[in-house]
Formats: sequence, C-alpha cells, structure tokens
Amino acid sequence: MHKGLDISLKNISKIEGSASLDIKIRNNNVKNIKLKVTESKRFYTQAIRNKNCLNVHQIVSRICGTCSIAHLICCIEAVEKALGIKPSEQTILLRKLAMYGTIIRDHALHLYFFVLPDIFDIDSILDIENIKIIEQAFKVKAAGNALSTVIGGRAVHPQYINVAHFSKIPTKDELKSVVNQLKSVREDVLDLIEILYKCDFNFTKEKNYVALITEDFSFLEGYIKSIDGTRIEEENFWNYLNRIVIPYSQATGFQFEGREYMVGALARMNLNKEALHKETKRDVEKYLKIFPSNNVYHNNLAQAIEILHSIDHSIEIIESREFKEENKPEIKIKAGEGVGVIEAPRGTLYYMLSINNEGKINYGNIVIPTAQNQIMMEKDIKDLVTQMLNESKHKIVHEIEKLIRAYDPCMSCASHFLKVRWL
Amino acid sequence: MKKTQKKLNIGWLKFTCSGDSSIMFIEMMNTKWKEWSNLLSIRFFPLLKAKNSLRNIDVLFVEGAISTKKEEKLLKDARKKCKKLVAVGSCAVYGNPSNQRNFFDEKTKKEIEPILKRFNHREKVSPISEIVKVDDNVPGCPMDENEFLRVLNKYLKEFGVVKDA
Repeated sequence: MHKGLDISLKNISKIEGSASLDIKIRNNNVKNIKLKVTESKRFYTQAIRNKNCLNVHQIVSRICGTCSIAHLICCIEAVEKALGIKPSEQTILLRKLAMYGTIIRDHALHLYFFVLPDIFDIDSILDIENIKIIEQAFKVKAAGNALSTVIGGRAVHPQYINVAHFSKIPTKDELKSVVNQLKSVREDVLDLIEILYKCDFNFTKEKNYVALITEDFSFLEGYIKSIDGTRIEEENFWNYLNRIVIPYSQATGFQFEGREYMVGALARMNLNKEALHKETKRDVEKYLKIFPSNNVYHNNLAQAIEILHSIDHSIEIIESREFKEENKPEIKIKAGEGVGVIEAPRGTLYYMLSINNEGKINYGNIVIPTAQNQIMMEKDIKDLVTQMLNESKHKIVHEIEKLIRAYDPCMSCASHFLKVRWL
Repeated sequence: MKKTQKKLNIGWLKFTCSGDSSIMFIEMMNTKWKEWSNLLSIRFFPLLKAKNSLRNIDVLFVEGAISTKKEEKLLKDARKKCKKLVAVGSCAVYGNPSNQRNFFDEKTKKEIEPILKRFNHREKVSPISEIVKVDDNVPGCPMDENEFLRVLNKYLKEFGVVKDA
C-alpha cells in the first residue's frame, strides 16, 4: 500500500537515447505518469527544407545512430515516389540486404545488451559469467555489421545507397565471405531464441498492432494493416494518424484510428508471421505458435526470430543471383510529393516529402516508431504500476525499466521531430 | 606492449546527437572486447549498464553537441571529475550536424522559439571545446575508428596501463 509515493527515474539506462519517468501515487491510486523523452531536439524537419532531394537521405541518416539505414532507405523511397522513379530489381534486393544487416545488428544490440541483463539479473552483459553468451552477442552483431558494410559501405550512415542506384556493387568474394559469416551465427541465434522463449516475463494486455505487411517479410514494400483488420496503402497512412501533443516530452505521440497502438517486431509477428522465410519457419515452428500474443515481452522473442529470418533470407538472396554493375538511371527533377513507408527495426517508419521544381525539399513529415509507441508505453506503465501497488518502490522501478526496454524505444529518433503549434 | 596491473577508468557521456559513435564503440567491441576487458574499466556508460558513476574517471569520452543549459552544466561538472576529456564524433568536435538550428533563417528561428524556451535551450548549439577544455578530438560522423584507437592507446600508455615491452 502506498498512501503517497513519488517515483522519479532520471535517466533510464540500457535504452537508445535518454528518457525519464515521473510517477505520482496518492491513496493507493496512480495519479500521474509522465514518460519524458529528454533527448534535445535537433530540428531535422526544418533542417531538410531547401536541401537537394538527391542528397537529403544523408542528412536524415543522422537522425539515428543505430537505425540510420532505415531512415536513409525510407527517405530515398519518398524521393523516388515524388520524382516518379522506379528502382531496378537489383537495387531493391540490395536495399533488402542492407535492411537485413540493420535488423540483425540492431535487434542483437537490444536483445543481448539491454534485455539479457534483466533476464540474468546482472547490471551489464559485460558482467555475465557465461562467456559463451557474450561471445555469441558480439559474433551475431558482427555478422549484421558485415552485411550492412558489404552492401552499403559501412554499417552507420552508409555511403553507397543512393536515390535510384547503388554507387558500388558488392563483389562475389565479399558476398561469399558475408554468407559464411551469416551461416556461422545461425545456431547462436537459435540459442538466443530459446533463452527468450523460456523467459517468464509477462505483461499481457490486449492492444491494437499496426505494421507494414510485406510478402517476403523484407521490411520494405507492402501495405499497412492493423490487428483490427484495417488495410491501407502506404500513401494514405498519415490520414489514419492523430498527432498527440505531449507537452512534457521532447517527442510527439500518435494514435491510429483514434486509439493508441503498438508498432515493432511483436506487431509484425502478430500480423505477418506466415511470410517468414521457409527455413526460419521450419526451425522456429515451436516458438511461432505463441503468436499472435499480447504479452509485450514477446516483442523480444519476435525480434530474435526476425534476426533468424534476416539471416535466412539474406543467404537465399545472395546465393540465388549475381549482382552486376548497372547504369545509373536518368533522374528527371520535377515538383511533387512522395511517401515512403518501411518497417524500421522498432516499427513502421513514414516519410512524406514535398519537392519543388528545382529539386529542393519544400517540407517533410516524418513519423517514427518510438513516437507511435509512446502513448501505449505510458498506458502500459500505468497499468503495471496499478497492479504492483503492494510491492516495494525498488521492485516497481525494476519492473518499469524492464517493460520500457521490451518496447525497445529509440529516443534519438523520437526527439528529431518538431510540431510547434501545441502552445 | 606489456600489460600492467592497472586498468584505465573510462566514461562515455552523450549529449545532443544521433549516438552513432556510441554504436561504433560497441561495434568495435565485436573484435576488441576480450582485449579491452583487461585494459578498461567502464565506469559510466548508460547505454551499456545501469550502475554508473563519474567518480575517478581517467578519460571521459564525450559525444554530441551542447544545446541546453542543463547539458552545459552537466558537461562542466563532468569536466571537474575526469582527468582527461576527449570529444568524440562530429557533433562534439565541430557542433554539426546537431547545430543546424544555428544557421536557420529568422522565420524558421521564430518557428522553433517556443521549443527552445520550453526546454531551456541555449542561444546556440556549441561544440564541447567552446564550453570546457578538451584534451583530444576524435572527429568523424560517426567517429573515425582508427583515430579513436590512436587516442585510446595514447592514454593507455599515459596512465600506465600498458608499457612498451
């Protein structure tokens, strides 16, 4: 019982970027919860105005250090749609490979470095007694890193991925080497999946899930679907969103069709698990039965399954075709608007760009996954605390941090954004 | 190089930026973690651990530019607690790209003014060296790995963690 209790988490650790949380409990009731993104705004929506549309992907890549490839590819898709450019089949496949590299590395960072310490009750993965796990962590991360580097030039802010083309095509030897690296970590990922499957963390609540549905689970092309059954085309996504001002946070929240929702690996698995690679489905059949799931901790299991899928589909793409130098397509600059929607590691990413007849950006609208999850995260925290009112403050804080980490928020992304008319 | 009994106490402090150099550091650990586990004691790195302390830091790596008054105060306090301070990545070393707002036209500056006031931003976004003494710089966006290793190795020797064999 807590007659009067204030909880203030100043800096939540083991998440990407900085956030804090204030909770007020009075007479055994949770009166107030404020999840604040405390990353300082960098005003990217203003900074891209009047910039050349063929270079702007390199600017927005800097929104996020961990999922820069997702921002870069989504931005390029929006520019291509605005200019009426259709990239080649090879370009799309190379983008899929670059995204798979990001998914492997980003999910591995989250699961091994942020989630496993909670499961093993240690401060940091670097403190773990079982050396095999930390060896696996670095090995899996390195494989994702290598894939992104071979395809994009480097794993963070890659330089080869451009509007309509790749400025360098990977060589056969580079691809052979990376396939061997991917194959060598497959068993390690299965070990990780088993750990997360056995984990008994549970916070179950029915909620709405939204994701881009792709035929081959490749994170890039498809239509948007919610668990409620709504199906919409990429360019109409914005019409279904309500922007919610959160005055105490440096980020903005969103509702989908007037209610809070969740995006990310759990949404993708709940909505599209049939599209996973056949080798992945064969080896994770037991685990896939869990989905659809409303246990937010299954976001972690879903991410681990996505690592395996990314490995399996990458190997198939690389081994089933040759990549050759292509002529750079002619790009005709014209005025227009374009929408790009992809599944970033943490969920649906939306770019709308308006371009003038000189090829400069008039304005842009960017909706990132963590902003979409923010309201749901806050509500889940409130429900969790309400269930734990008889527990100690220490235990409540510990459980809140675990729950936030399960969402895998990225505060650097969340705070790039600005909407000033909330005053 | 010969290892001594000592470890280098390091910290990693992040301000306004994308966090890409933190990611590069953790990616470098893919191949370096065994070697570094014998050489480094990571005392402050909230991305990697929950229990963090800025006490007794030999070398503090600082990532990101300074955009709020709160960040400025934290940086000044941290400078007093560390023996050496290294600015890491383009935002920390040069201020950009996080300092984009410094170059906005008057109309755009007016547009963002309410945010700047509400969250107590400084008049301009600054690189680390405009606020505190910086002992070394590792530029790049993200940071240059080889330059980071050069600086790290320099301090491993300077603090007596490794000696020439």
